[in-house]
Amino acid sequence: MTVRWTLAGVAALATALLAGLALGPTAIPLADVLRGGLTPLDEAVLWELRAPRVALGALVGGTLAVAGGAYQAVFRNPLADPYLLGAAAGAGLGATAAIVYAGSVPLPIAAFAGATAAVAGAYALGRSVGGRDTATLILAGVAMAAFLTALQTLLLQSDTDNVRAVYTWLLGRLSAAGWSDVLLVLPYSAASIAVVLAHRRVLDVLRVGDEEALALGVPVGRVRLLVVGAATLGTASAVAVSGLIGFVGIVVPHAVRLLAGSSYRAVLPLSVLFGAAFLVLADVAARTALAPAELPIGVVTACIGAPFFVVVLRSTRAAAT
Amino acid sequence: MIALDAVEVRLGARLAADGVSLEVPRGGWTTLIGPNGAGKSTLLRAVAGLVPHRGAIAVDGRDLRSVPPRRRALLLAFVPQAPLLPPEMPVGEYVLFGRTAHVGLLGRAGTADREAAAAAAERLDLAALAGRRLGELSGGERQRAVLARAIAQAAPVLLLDEPTAALDVGRQQEVLELVGELRAERGLTVLGAMHDLTLAGQYAERLALVDGGRLVAHGPPDEVLTEERIARHYRARVRVMRIASSPVVVPAR
Repeated sequence: MTVRWTLAGVAALATALLAGLALGPTAIPLADVLRGGLTPLDEAVLWELRAPRVALGALVGGTLAVAGGAYQAVFRNPLADPYLLGAAAGAGLGATAAIVYAGSVPLPIAAFAGATAAVAGAYALGRSVGGRDTATLILAGVAMAAFLTALQTLLLQSDTDNVRAVYTWLLGRLSAAGWSDVLLVLPYSAASIAVVLAHRRVLDVLRVGDEEALALGVPVGRVRLLVVGAATLGTASAVAVSGLIGFVGIVVPHAVRLLAGSSYRAVLPLSVLFGAAFLVLADVAARTALAPAELPIGVVTACIGAPFFVVVLRSTRAAAT
Repeated sequence: MIALDAVEVRLGARLAADGVSLEVPRGGWTTLIGPNGAGKSTLLRAVAGLVPHRGAIAVDGRDLRSVPPRRRALLLAFVPQAPLLPPEMPVGEYVLFGRTAHVGLLGRAGTADREAAAAAAERLDLAALAGRRLGELSGGERQRAVLARAIAQAAPVLLLDEPTAALDVGRQQEVLELVGELRAERGLTVLGAMHDLTLAGQYAERLALVDGGRLVAHGPPDEVLTEERIARHYRARVRVMRIASSPVVVPAR
């Protein structure tokens, strides 16, 4: 069963990657790519523009999807997504600051720092009010996000010249991607995915609740910190280069659950494959739908994601009753 | 052997366990009894390491506070009163969770683990249900699945919080007989909590009556279960009769 879905995931990703390479404002026939009969211009478009963009889409999509699945597992909350503990708001503030005070710190580094600092802050806040349960932690994340968003708004309001640049970033994009962005994300994404996948079995045990998992021998607090830390690192690196791309972290794991069952042993690895395929295809849609103009990819993922989410919910409900 | 020494548990402002000292000898079976809210579950949860406590709780002379979760799970298996059962999870997978401490954090269950889980499921008549989802089980079957998980854990101490609450009288007897057999076979030490006083007295070697967080009586069932005590601590009018030297508690009106 799982093997079948793994093969399906690999096939979906392969199809998405090929489509990503072939489709765009100038179509490059795949047959020509394989035969090697490309013009120098096509060659440049393919390897310097499309390939890094497709690779980045796959990395960011896989990372956000598995991070979403990890958050859903540790918080035992189907609505959790990688931005639950303030990563998006922190990255938003960091990016806004970088744009407004242009030049001092590169935008990806500011966004990355903002995202990790926000989640670390939410964690510390949750601990300081004495909450050992997940609800306290989520509420701390909500408080942190609200506070950072307020700061970001203040910053923007005092410097309206940059509103457009900030919004472009907030809506997410893979368009500026070159190989340097791919190399920037790769180590963090790989580490994040590896840590989360290594914990996939123990995350299944957490489904019986923190207390029982503890009684079964799982050091729950440590596992949660490690998995949230890894998922946050991946999310922050993805956000740093691609902006805020919503819905991938929530739609993909739910869709996978619908296909292959609710065990995280299957859900997490499959989320990597299907998340990568989903974002690459979303990016194809973003650059072909209104070509030569490009849609922000965050808008595309939300437009596909929201209705799809409703379908997933309906099927889950139908299966449950 | 389980030894509680002046155990105190604070839940918010309430002192849910107040200086409880109690010993369960190796291979013994002690059941905590007492009215609702007396502190039975709290004591069990403290032993299981789920609520912080003052005083000392030791198993075979080792203070549990210094034992990390995985080692603790190899010493103690806990059957909670209201277990959380993910409805879509297959029974076999759930029982296999009992092997978590044996498998380790990042390991995967091996043949020995699968065999131990299968044997535990067999023991509780669940072998045919291994592929079913937890949500499809009856109340009794669920309770047996939780027990099977605890047995698969293969710990020398079994903590049972109301293990028979959801069962009919036949299943209650089956489960308690099984616990008795395992105790005889493997030398399990059992600490439980139960509401049914007659049943508690029939199976446990010793009863420990708890009220208001304090241990108020401790000893063999026919010494602990007296009409006056039950009247005082449960505010109940009962008759205690003896059938085959075992006390039978009957409500009176």
